Amino acid sequence: MTIEKHQHVVNISRGLVFNEGDQSLPGEAIETKTVGQVTVDSPVISARHVNVHYGEKQAIKDVSIDVAKNAVIAFIGPSGCGKSTFLRCLNRMNDTIANAKVSGSIRLDGSDIYDRSQDIVQLRARVGMVFQKPNPFPKSIYENVAYGPKIHGLAGNRADLDEIVQLSLRKAGLWEEVKDRLDNPGTGLSGGQQQRLCIARAIAVDPEVILMDEPCSALDPIATAKVEDLIDELRENYAIVIVTHNMQQAARVSQRTAYFHLGDLIEVGPTEQIFTNPRHRLTEDYITGRFG
Amino acid sequence: MTESAGHQQTTQQRVAASLRRRYAAEMRFRAYGVFAVAVGLLFVAFLFTSIISKGYTAFEQTYVAVDVVYSPELIDPAGSRLAETLQAADYQAVLRASLRAEFPQFEGRTSLRHLYGTVSNSAEQVLRDRVLANPALIGGHERVWLLAHGHIDMFVKGQIDRNLPESARPISDEEIAWVDALQTAHRVQIRFNKAFFTAGDSREPEQAGVAGALAGSALTLFMALLLSFPIGVAAAVYLEEFAPKNVWTDIIEVNINNLAAVPSIVFGLLGLAMFIQFFGLPRSVPLVGGLVLSLMTLPTIIITGRASLKAVPPSIREAAFGMGASPMQMVLHHVLPLALPGVLTGTIIGMARALGESAPLLMIGMVAFIVDVPHGLSDPSTVLPVQIYLWAQSPERAFVERTSGAIMVLLGFLLLMNAVAVILRNRFERRW
Ligand SMILES: Nc1ncnc2c1ncn2[C@@H]1O[C@H](COP(=O)(O)OP(=O)(O)OP(=O)(O)O)[C@@H](O)[C@H]1O
Ligand SMILES: [Mg+2]
Repeated sequence: MTIEKHQHVVNISRGLVFNEGDQSLPGEAIETKTVGQVTVDSPVISARHVNVHYGEKQAIKDVSIDVAKNAVIAFIGPSGCGKSTFLRCLNRMNDTIANAKVSGSIRLDGSDIYDRSQDIVQLRARVGMVFQKPNPFPKSIYENVAYGPKIHGLAGNRADLDEIVQLSLRKAGLWEEVKDRLDNPGTGLSGGQQQRLCIARAIAVDPEVILMDEPCSALDPIATAKVEDLIDELRENYAIVIVTHNMQQAARVSQRTAYFHLGDLIEVGPTEQIFTNPRHRLTEDYITGRFG
Repeated sequence: MTESAGHQQTTQQRVAASLRRRYAAEMRFRAYGVFAVAVGLLFVAFLFTSIISKGYTAFEQTYVAVDVVYSPELIDPAGSRLAETLQAADYQAVLRASLRAEFPQFEGRTSLRHLYGTVSNSAEQVLRDRVLANPALIGGHERVWLLAHGHIDMFVKGQIDRNLPESARPISDEEIAWVDALQTAHRVQIRFNKAFFTAGDSREPEQAGVAGALAGSALTLFMALLLSFPIGVAAAVYLEEFAPKNVWTDIIEVNINNLAAVPSIVFGLLGLAMFIQFFGLPRSVPLVGGLVLSLMTLPTIIITGRASLKAVPPSIREAAFGMGASPMQMVLHHVLPLALPGVLTGTIIGMARALGESAPLLMIGMVAFIVDVPHGLSDPSTVLPVQIYLWAQSPERAFVERTSGAIMVLLGFLLLMNAVAVILRNRFERRW
């Protein structure tokens, strides 16, 4: 037992060295081929052999995974393993990073989002995003939610827009709290309210997929619980991809879980199985708290 | 246990000792700051008191009451009362005859020259206007308040010492006696100098005003703003938000930073060679002045604009992109509005610098003596700092106070611009 553990630590550190590209090792110590079922029936998004490089540094290594409709998939893994990087590939937010290079194919409803004919504005209307730190625009609550529908021309007139705003705020569970002060600045809300405002803003354009990068990491437990409930409700209409460091959260809100490790997708599977019966040793180490 | 307590004791003592040192350092640091601010304020106070004490008299002007005899022989010998005749009449002669009649003690050529010189030559125009407005005055006489000549004005304001020997002061004993006599008869008044704000430049200090220079400055700045603001903001936005970061943009950045430090006279030479000699634009006009000054303010606007764009948190950009905004929408809807207070402040600082600039405008001929107040971008004109320079060079004593007066007007203009900058900044500033 002791020996095995010791062995493991060595392997991990060797893995780190290898990852930083100093030199390749003779024979890999840890199997990094993805374990588990990466495909689902009729996926919204299917990513195949995705590699991401930041300059020389490879942040995502040959990752293939499907995102199912009306379900939540959680990305977990130690800090710096590439969860955010991969998430940002799904709506091409990495395009804004000058030295980021993405290869492989990511299909949304069957068409490649990195194809030259793909309009990026349209893509982001279909794949919305909620960020780690609540980032409402420094405008009124109303303007925040109305912004997406406005730029995408979703509302014909003011009444339509009012309706979209109200509906989105209701879906985000924020309506009751802000209905009397829609003209107040969105930045004046509490952190949890701001995050729900950002969710309302994302669903206002009626996307197919919502990407959430640690949406609760800046929130207290009560606000977190609200957002989690909200995610559970939103699942009815949207596919949701959530990155989280909180294992309980992943267990609570997601149906599938994917474990990333140093740029590799180690294991994918039903959340329950991942947490109760992980098949890969790295996954097990991580969820039992021995690593990460 | 005891050892640990003793250890704690010494640690606490050490912390206390270091605290004392820290507080002392803190106090010293603060004292330096207060000292620096005090020195700055002292200089400002010195500047203001010296300029205001020297210059406030420029806002007042001496008037003397003269009995004017409108003799028909001099104005309209034929008695036709035709407007042209009245217009063309020699009112200088009218005035001189009136002065001679009233002050017969002035005799001989030199004396008479002194007498004639006591009243500003603008008096002719005053008399002409009065007669044209009311021809019935002809044949009668009236007491008219006329602008005193610069020397007399200086003497009345106490800026010429009567105890100096006659040869050392610009005003003769005879004239002093004349002023004294008028003063005892309450025929000397100091009034608010409206002409200072409504008249253009003049060879006669008592008639000279800053209106021409003020209008020239305003037109020049308007032209400079019109050009440099949109170009500067566009350049800043492009470089900060759209341009790829590569060697070329680095080179551009270095060049812009260099341009900001180029002596302004070089821009003047460039303007002379390019706008006047190559494009054949006229000299001395606000149009060219504005072009030259915008060359000068552009780097400032670009640099401050980029800095304030950079200060907009990236999370705002991510939020906009995440919502599917195009890069242009991201800039126009979110980033630029947030950067606007900084951009405006930078622009106004650049404009304030341009307002105080004289060297490049000398090169393009805005240093000419121009009497008329300019009304358009292509009217010859000068600007406030150049006007100050011109007056500071004039030998007449009366131009000294006008120089200070013009400086006060310039400072007032600057103050106004900076106040506008602060107001704009507060108005557009938003939290995020
Ligand atoms: N803009 C960038 N430029 C260069 N390297 C980057 C950039 N962003 C991320 N990286 C690197 O890519 C790797 C993956 O980063 P990523 O942000 O995806 O990790 P993460 O799993 O989201 O971590 P965390 O849980 O801490 O958010 C890290 O090693 C990181 O240093
Ligand atoms: Mg991350």
